[in-house]
Amino acid sequence: MALSQQSQLDQLGDYKFGFSMPENYHFKSRRGLDRDIVEEISYMKGEPQWMRDFRLRALRIFENRPMPTWGASLADIDFQNIFYYIKPMEKQGRTWDEVPEDIKTTFDRLGIPQAERKFLAGVGAQYESEVVYHSLREDLANQGVIFLDMDSGLREHPDIVKEYFGTVIPPGDNKLAALNSSVWSGGSFVYVPAGVHVEIPLQAYFRINAENAGQFERTLIIAEEGSYVHYVEGCTAPIYTTNSLHSAVVEIIVKRGARVRYTTIQNWSKNVYNLVTKRTSVYGEGTMEWVDGNLGSKVTMKYPSCYLLEPGAKGEVLSVAFASDGQHQDAGGKIVHAAPHTTGTISSKSISKGTGRTSYRGLVKIYPGMNGCKTHVNCDALLLDTESRSDTYPYMEIEEDDVAVTHEATVSKIGEDQLFYLMSRGVREDEARAMIVRGFIEPIAKELPMEYAIELNRLIELEMEGSVG
Amino acid sequence: MSEQQELKIENLHVRVEDQEILKGIDLTVEPGKVHAIMGPNGGGKSTLAYTLMGHPGYEVTEGRILLDGTDITEMAPDERAKAGLFLAFQYPHSIPGVTMANFLRTAVNATRPEPVSPRDFRKTMREQMALLKMKDEFAGRYVNEGFSGGEKKRAEILQMAMLQPKYAVLDETDSGLDIDALRIVADGVNALLGPEMGVLVITHYQRLLNYIKPDYVHVLVGGRIVANGGPELALELERSGYEKFEPPSAA
Ligand SMILES: Nc1ncnc2c1ncn2[C@@H]1O[C@H](COP(=O)(O)OP(=O)(O)OP(=O)(O)O)[C@@H](O)[C@H]1O
Ligand SMILES: [Mg+2]
Repeated sequence: MALSQQSQLDQLGDYKFGFSMPENYHFKSRRGLDRDIVEEISYMKGEPQWMRDFRLRALRIFENRPMPTWGASLADIDFQNIFYYIKPMEKQGRTWDEVPEDIKTTFDRLGIPQAERKFLAGVGAQYESEVVYHSLREDLANQGVIFLDMDSGLREHPDIVKEYFGTVIPPGDNKLAALNSSVWSGGSFVYVPAGVHVEIPLQAYFRINAENAGQFERTLIIAEEGSYVHYVEGCTAPIYTTNSLHSAVVEIIVKRGARVRYTTIQNWSKNVYNLVTKRTSVYGEGTMEWVDGNLGSKVTMKYPSCYLLEPGAKGEVLSVAFASDGQHQDAGGKIVHAAPHTTGTISSKSISKGTGRTSYRGLVKIYPGMNGCKTHVNCDALLLDTESRSDTYPYMEIEEDDVAVTHEATVSKIGEDQLFYLMSRGVREDEARAMIVRGFIEPIAKELPMEYAIELNRLIELEMEGSVG
Repeated sequence: MSEQQELKIENLHVRVEDQEILKGIDLTVEPGKVHAIMGPNGGGKSTLAYTLMGHPGYEVTEGRILLDGTDITEMAPDERAKAGLFLAFQYPHSIPGVTMANFLRTAVNATRPEPVSPRDFRKTMREQMALLKMKDEFAGRYVNEGFSGGEKKRAEILQMAMLQPKYAVLDETDSGLDIDALRIVADGVNALLGPEMGVLVITHYQRLLNYIKPDYVHVLVGGRIVANGGPELALELERSGYEKFEPPSAA
């Protein structure tokens, strides 16, 4: 058993340290950001005028906004030293056979299980800044479900995109959302018609593969009344020598009685700034569930949000973060009760190791008159050693009395006695530590699709190697 | 093997937080024998148990512990477990998020050369749980999390049954048990007893010894063994208490 586990870890060793495929581009934009670059991106994509105007408007907002200083340190990001658009090939792959060999190799090395591929409804794989492969299983198409990369979505369904794009997260929301709005490329477009239940998770894999290639994907999911979809996004990236930026925007609209679950496991390499804005508008009796795992990156700032806009709307944010040496995971969630009788939950688990730092940052807002709202916030931090650090910033803006708001927070360490107990049963110290950590995140891991839960556990074990004194 | 088959404690001195708690313990447990240790609160019984298992907070300043001729005094706890030692804790710790089944399987596989098949493992676990009258659902519960006092003690014996150690130390496994549970747990221990296993039972009550019959009884007071005898010693203690054994300096 120890042996097979070791070989799994060996394989993961490659995974952890990253790898690069040869760069093989048709077009490479220059570094830096200005009006010309934005216009060029829009031109290359052959976009409608309104999108070009949207990008340019967003660029002005980006330029005029100061950097946020309330969270993790972002001072090292040099926006003029980043490529904002890289186009890998002319056309999109339609079938697996059409996908270039080096990209398949990349997927193999990412260890995406064969069995899983079979179940993929459609695969949106963002290689560089554009989606190169996309297939949609026929029964989904027959149900009227649209699952495309965002660029194709804009081309093929301009009316739907125009109606919703930028409505949940307008460019003016924050500086990084403005940046994404001006240079976005790729991401997914999902439309689920009323009453349709998508039985299998829709999955997309993202990675960055060129030094300083920023990724600015843009995802828009619309779940019509009474529909259901589970979208799964997994991110991994190779290691680079200079800082990379990943700044995505994910907008979701959950209409009356619909339910959307959005699952992410983020494992960016340790030089990436991962600054993502994710938000959902939830209408009457609708349910939004964010399941968010943050392992990699240098800095992550991510607070998936639910705006509960009509009575009966529910929003849930489950997040787990692991910060090891040199990392800062600043994560949490936001629940905004903008209608009476709405329900929110934020549940956050974080683990810090060495000089790693985790922060829980969350907001619960209940507007005046929004009676009968319920919100529960729970954040637990586990420190693996004496150096590691964890902070909580639980903002509560409750402007109504007739509500139920509860908040619990714990900080714990791996206890000597717990370790001794496990070791007294023959469990090695490193395995015992891993077991305690796995147990700690179990309430969230069990919400993940099986392969992701396994991958999460393996990655955490790998991260913990060397934590034994 | 020419080595002596026994758990041998020689002149054991143990310090905890700069305080000497055990002041020279000599004790030998042979396979097939049951030794009982009795003694007043704070006498050092749990200290002995923890030290045998290798708790890092308990420092052996003198003496040694031999398991079948191998000196285990400096071994890590997991190595001791692999060598065949087991401790049923007086206060078992909970491990949130880790199921009993997962924990037991990890432990079982860690302590034997070949992993058991999941099917054999499940079968044995179910059988042992049935013997201890534990509901199947316990397999899916998190280790000791929210267990009642009695459930924790049963879970300790379940672990012992799964690991089949050569030497087991039971630290107050009877405390917190109601009469029926005491019988069930004692039956569980007795079912494991045989010529292969040696047991060190730590208890305050003669009652347990009615079920688990000791071959020897030792009295531990103030960090020293102050009396040795047979089962009759336990009965005598029940009548007269520890007063006559208290060290003069403490009086
Ligand atoms: N970790 C520790 N830190 C400080 N003192 C300790 C520690 N462990 C044990 N001691 C002290 O050592 C002495 C012996 O304690 P021990 O727990 O071994 O007694 P015991 O015989 O098991 O008692 P009881 O019958 O109450 O279980 C006590 O005075 C106790 O306070
Ligand atoms: Mg004790």
